[in-house]
Amino acid sequence: MPTVIKAENLSKAYQLGEIGTGTISRDLERFWARVRGKEDPFLKIGEENDRSIKGKSDVVWSLKDLNFDIEQGDAVGIIGRNGAGKSTLLKILSRVTAPTAGSVKVKGRIASLLEVGTGFHPELSGKENIYLNGAILGMRKAEIKRKFDEIVDFSGVGRYIDTPVKRYSSGMYVRLAFAVAAHLESEILIVDEVLAVGDAEFQKKCLGKMNDVSKGEGRTVLFVSHNMDAIMRLCSHAILLKNGCLTGYSQTDKIIDHYLRADFGTTAIRKWEGKHIPGDGTVRLLEVFVHDESFKPEENFEITGKIGITIKYEVLKSGCVFTHGMNLFNSQGVNILNSHDVTSASRKQPRKIGKYSSTMWIPGNFLSEGTVIAGVAIFNPEPFYLHFQEADAIAFNVFDNLNPESARGNYVGGFPGIVRPILQWNTSSI
Amino acid sequence: MNEALPDEWDIELTPENNILDLKLRDLWHYRDLLVLLVRRDFVSFYKQTILGPLWFFIQPLFTTIIYTFIFGNLADIPVDHLPQPLFYLAGITTWNYFSDCLTKTSTVFTTNASLFGKVYFPRLIVPLSIVVSNLIRFGIQMVLFLLMMAFYALKGANVHPNLFWLLFPVLLLLMAMLGLGLGMIVSALTTKYRDLSFLLAFGIQLMMYLTTVIYPLSYVKAKYPHYQWLVEYNPMTSIIEAFRFGFLGRGTFTMVSLAVTATITTVILLAGIIIFNRVERTFIDTV
Repeated sequence: MPTVIKAENLSKAYQLGEIGTGTISRDLERFWARVRGKEDPFLKIGEENDRSIKGKSDVVWSLKDLNFDIEQGDAVGIIGRNGAGKSTLLKILSRVTAPTAGSVKVKGRIASLLEVGTGFHPELSGKENIYLNGAILGMRKAEIKRKFDEIVDFSGVGRYIDTPVKRYSSGMYVRLAFAVAAHLESEILIVDEVLAVGDAEFQKKCLGKMNDVSKGEGRTVLFVSHNMDAIMRLCSHAILLKNGCLTGYSQTDKIIDHYLRADFGTTAIRKWEGKHIPGDGTVRLLEVFVHDESFKPEENFEITGKIGITIKYEVLKSGCVFTHGMNLFNSQGVNILNSHDVTSASRKQPRKIGKYSSTMWIPGNFLSEGTVIAGVAIFNPEPFYLHFQEADAIAFNVFDNLNPESARGNYVGGFPGIVRPILQWNTSSI
Repeated sequence: MNEALPDEWDIELTPENNILDLKLRDLWHYRDLLVLLVRRDFVSFYKQTILGPLWFFIQPLFTTIIYTFIFGNLADIPVDHLPQPLFYLAGITTWNYFSDCLTKTSTVFTTNASLFGKVYFPRLIVPLSIVVSNLIRFGIQMVLFLLMMAFYALKGANVHPNLFWLLFPVLLLLMAMLGLGLGMIVSALTTKYRDLSFLLAFGIQLMMYLTTVIYPLSYVKAKYPHYQWLVEYNPMTSIIEAFRFGFLGRGTFTMVSLAVTATITTVILLAGIIIFNRVERTFIDTV
């Protein structure tokens, strides 16, 4: 397949802070440097974009030296934490802003869907907005006319098509907007988080449409989302960004695994100290770790082995009653299970001040292989009161080493599924 | 399929562009958008109003009445021996078109920031759509002017239209180009520093007094021979004077002064497009 997008040393610098009288002297200085044919003096001192650390310079590189090729027909997911540069990359690709250095070469038309409903005018009817929005996205009038029925049909708001869109519900608005964009005849489609809106049925429809676009019609899709599940289903490849740098570009599952484990900084053992301790005045979190049967901290488990997760916490006020909960997610962001203490004797007794440790046991032959991310919470179930919740507290791996004592038995092929328990089978002749 | 050859790329996104690349081909592709934006402006203007497009009449009519009262009667400024309301309405109609184009174009980047921040299309489409939308408004106001002209002509007033009215399309084009060019320059300069937009608000008003809207050029020439160049070389002056001459038979203009206006206007428009195209590439970072 030919390359349709080629980025070379793509970089983008942003200026931090307010733009005011202070910036004009700097602008003049930059202008003077350019006139003399010198390098921009303020870009030299730009630094890596890490928003948590206060830097010396007020120029940051939101993207720094990105190099990648995207092939025709690929669906590429772009993932990374907030501020990693995902949106900046999409903005450059969709030509909303220009790069500071480097270049991107593109073959074919690009349509971007950075926010659905761009350019919708509230006073105009749904029909008028389809034309207007289509034209903004680069369609010719004849093209929109030809696809009009299809667009209305896909949006499912046919009944309201002559009503001003200001009377639409937000769901209808998004449906209509996505429908227009999805029918663009562009070779490259750029999508940013549209699926965060709309109901489940429509989200499924959108994903399906995007899937058709990339796999069926051979068009290229770039997709930014925090929904790992959607990225996993839709994208064959993924780009991982961290602080403006490209840290990985490979098959989606590999990148997602890498992202969740390395980028969240989640490990098998995690302790909280200093200022940012999850908790309130009653109880606070000290430590969470995952371990084997002998309480030895462990990061990798055989699929047949028993896994324990222990929470250590401190009660600061005596007399309160609470329970502890755990949420497990797989690397695609699917919530595998939630569990809280409903069996122990201590769960209904008021606690005294002091430190405690609670362990949850996951049986062997239960989780499927892959990375598991666990979040913890301490709360009172009735009346419901949440003392704290810490998402993505720890992560661990479950390995399948083709052990015949696991649920796979002697079968050695691919084995999908969120959980992999050994279940009982009965066979009798009838 | 083979690996793409380097020269096969359709779009190349780089930090700098050739300043002489006016992107007119891109603009042509988006011509339908221009039409739809004009339609949107027009339709949304009178949605949920009772008088609708009638509002286009009311503003020039009232302004004319007030000008007639203050400048015509109170200040007693001569009007080239024309009926006063007709004289003022000619000036107001043309000046309005120019100043509407200028003020609306000058805020293109700031008012459309949310749209421009999401999707690419040639930004030039928006100022162009403003100029065309205002044309509709101008057309309606022209009807008012022609009606008033007919009224005074029937009354036997001193009104003598001549063949110079054929210059009208040229004058219109010059006004549009001038408003567009100046507006784009201002809009490009205000993306980062907003100071200029404050200047523009009263600058337009001051400029109106340097243009022959409320007085004829002949009057300035007679009264202030040393300063009359200030008014004469204002590009809008020769446009308004030519307009008055063509439709009403009174006005001071030569083909040379009109040619000078055309030259200045073309230079301003080209400068406007170049600056505008340059700024549109990254304005979203600083707006």
